[in-house]
Amino acid sequence: MWVVLILAVVIVFWVIAAYNGLISLKNQTVNAFKQIDVQLKRRHDLIPNLVNAVKGAMDFERSTLEAVIQARNQAVKVNASGPDNVKQISQAENALSGALSRLLVTVERYPELKATGNIGQLQEELTSTENRIAFARQLYNDTATQYNTKQQQFPTTLVAGLAHAERADLWEIEDQAERAVPQVDLSRR
Amino acid sequence: MLGFILFFAWLGFGGDYIWAMSTGHHPFPWLGIVLSVAAVAIAWYSYKTGPDKVLWSTGAHELTDPQTDAEQQLVNVVEEMAIAAGVPRPSIWIIPDDDPNALATGHGPNDSHVAVTAGLLKICNRDELQAVIAHELGHVKNLDVRLMTTLAALVGAVLLVRNGMGRMMGGGRGRLPERSSGRRAKDAGPLLAILLALWIISWIIAPLVTQLLALAVSRRREYLADDMSAQFTRNPLALASALEKIESASAPTESIKSGAAHLCIADPLGRRLTNHEGWLADALATHPPMGMRITKLKGMGYAQLKKEGGSFTSSALG
Repeated sequence: MWVVLILAVVIVFWVIAAYNGLISLKNQTVNAFKQIDVQLKRRHDLIPNLVNAVKGAMDFERSTLEAVIQARNQAVKVNASGPDNVKQISQAENALSGALSRLLVTVERYPELKATGNIGQLQEELTSTENRIAFARQLYNDTATQYNTKQQQFPTTLVAGLAHAERADLWEIEDQAERAVPQVDLSRR
Repeated sequence: MLGFILFFAWLGFGGDYIWAMSTGHHPFPWLGIVLSVAAVAIAWYSYKTGPDKVLWSTGAHELTDPQTDAEQQLVNVVEEMAIAAGVPRPSIWIIPDDDPNALATGHGPNDSHVAVTAGLLKICNRDELQAVIAHELGHVKNLDVRLMTTLAALVGAVLLVRNGMGRMMGGGRGRLPERSSGRRAKDAGPLLAILLALWIISWIIAPLVTQLLALAVSRRREYLADDMSAQFTRNPLALASALEKIESASAPTESIKSGAAHLCIADPLGRRLTNHEGWLADALATHPPMGMRITKLKGMGYAQLKKEGGSFTSSALG
């Protein structure tokens, strides 16, 4: 009699703990996903200022700068259309990342440019911006993996239905071209 | 933590128990309660003001408005790592000292401080700085900073209470055993003497014991924070090379006092003890041997490289 009662209490406590653990991980996953958005938004806001700051010094690389601005405007437009078309958003963001990395490579090609203060700051800001987005994605993937593992593992999987836990998708690179190692042509130096 | 509580209970209520045995009456544990209240008050006060005191003692100044490129880079790196760790951005402090070192303190992820020396900014490249900051934020995320602030508060409380007690009991201690006139005490004479001796010895070594416990916690946490750094940056080799640079700058960090040593990334006192394995080093050093830490990190780094060489997609997915 007592054994059954104690067992029941233990099970109830375990169910509560497992349920709360899943809910907590679920919300962390959602929050981590929002963090990516926050960082993407920050990048959109930052780019016009950055480009303005180096326009004078990099007048001869007008096309590279324009490509960045264009990609940025495209990304802002796609983002404004709503959060549903994740695929388009990630394509636009990838295009922007590509344009920014080309700008960084261009800056590397002119060592005399790096000597002026503006360009050094531009490089630092671009590196930091790209890092922030990468780390936000990394945090999301880590948290989502933890969440997915938890809800599939026995015995937590028994309460997964109760907590409405569903597999969270990991952030992946869709574009096959992005997956390849970037080819940097140094011959023009 | 449990050890601490038991030790404190023994310090306070043990005295009452001996007292009760020696007098045969006096059931109300006034000594234990008074001591507990005093200890809690002192501990609470030093817990609240601890981080400020640590930063004040190093002479650090807060970095609110970055002026130079190096300062801007530091702010960026800290913000990036806060994102990677998923914690709010800590406040950033710079310690005006040429020796490379870094420390974290605070009450938890929502109230944390990261301080680096000017020397660290000078010798580390961006990746290495990132790894060091990630190590510090690992301490923040693991709640190590809260634990360390609590431990420091407890060590301080024991010291203060003991000093106060010594003054209060200064006259009375000599007479204490002679009061054993109660009938129970007569039966338990030898036991009482042993207990009393143990209790007095406990009070004498109390600060030492609390410090040893704090050190034991600190050392295990260093390895964990190294692992966290590798997890956040996915670049254990950067931390290894940062630690090598810090290690080769062997001069002690003068602006960091021994009281804050257990908070730093590397032992700021430059003690040779830190470089030895063995029970003595295990008991007395604040940090595990630098060589061991670097070896572990390099092992992680090479394992990662090997894996990436084997299957290419994993590196691209990062």
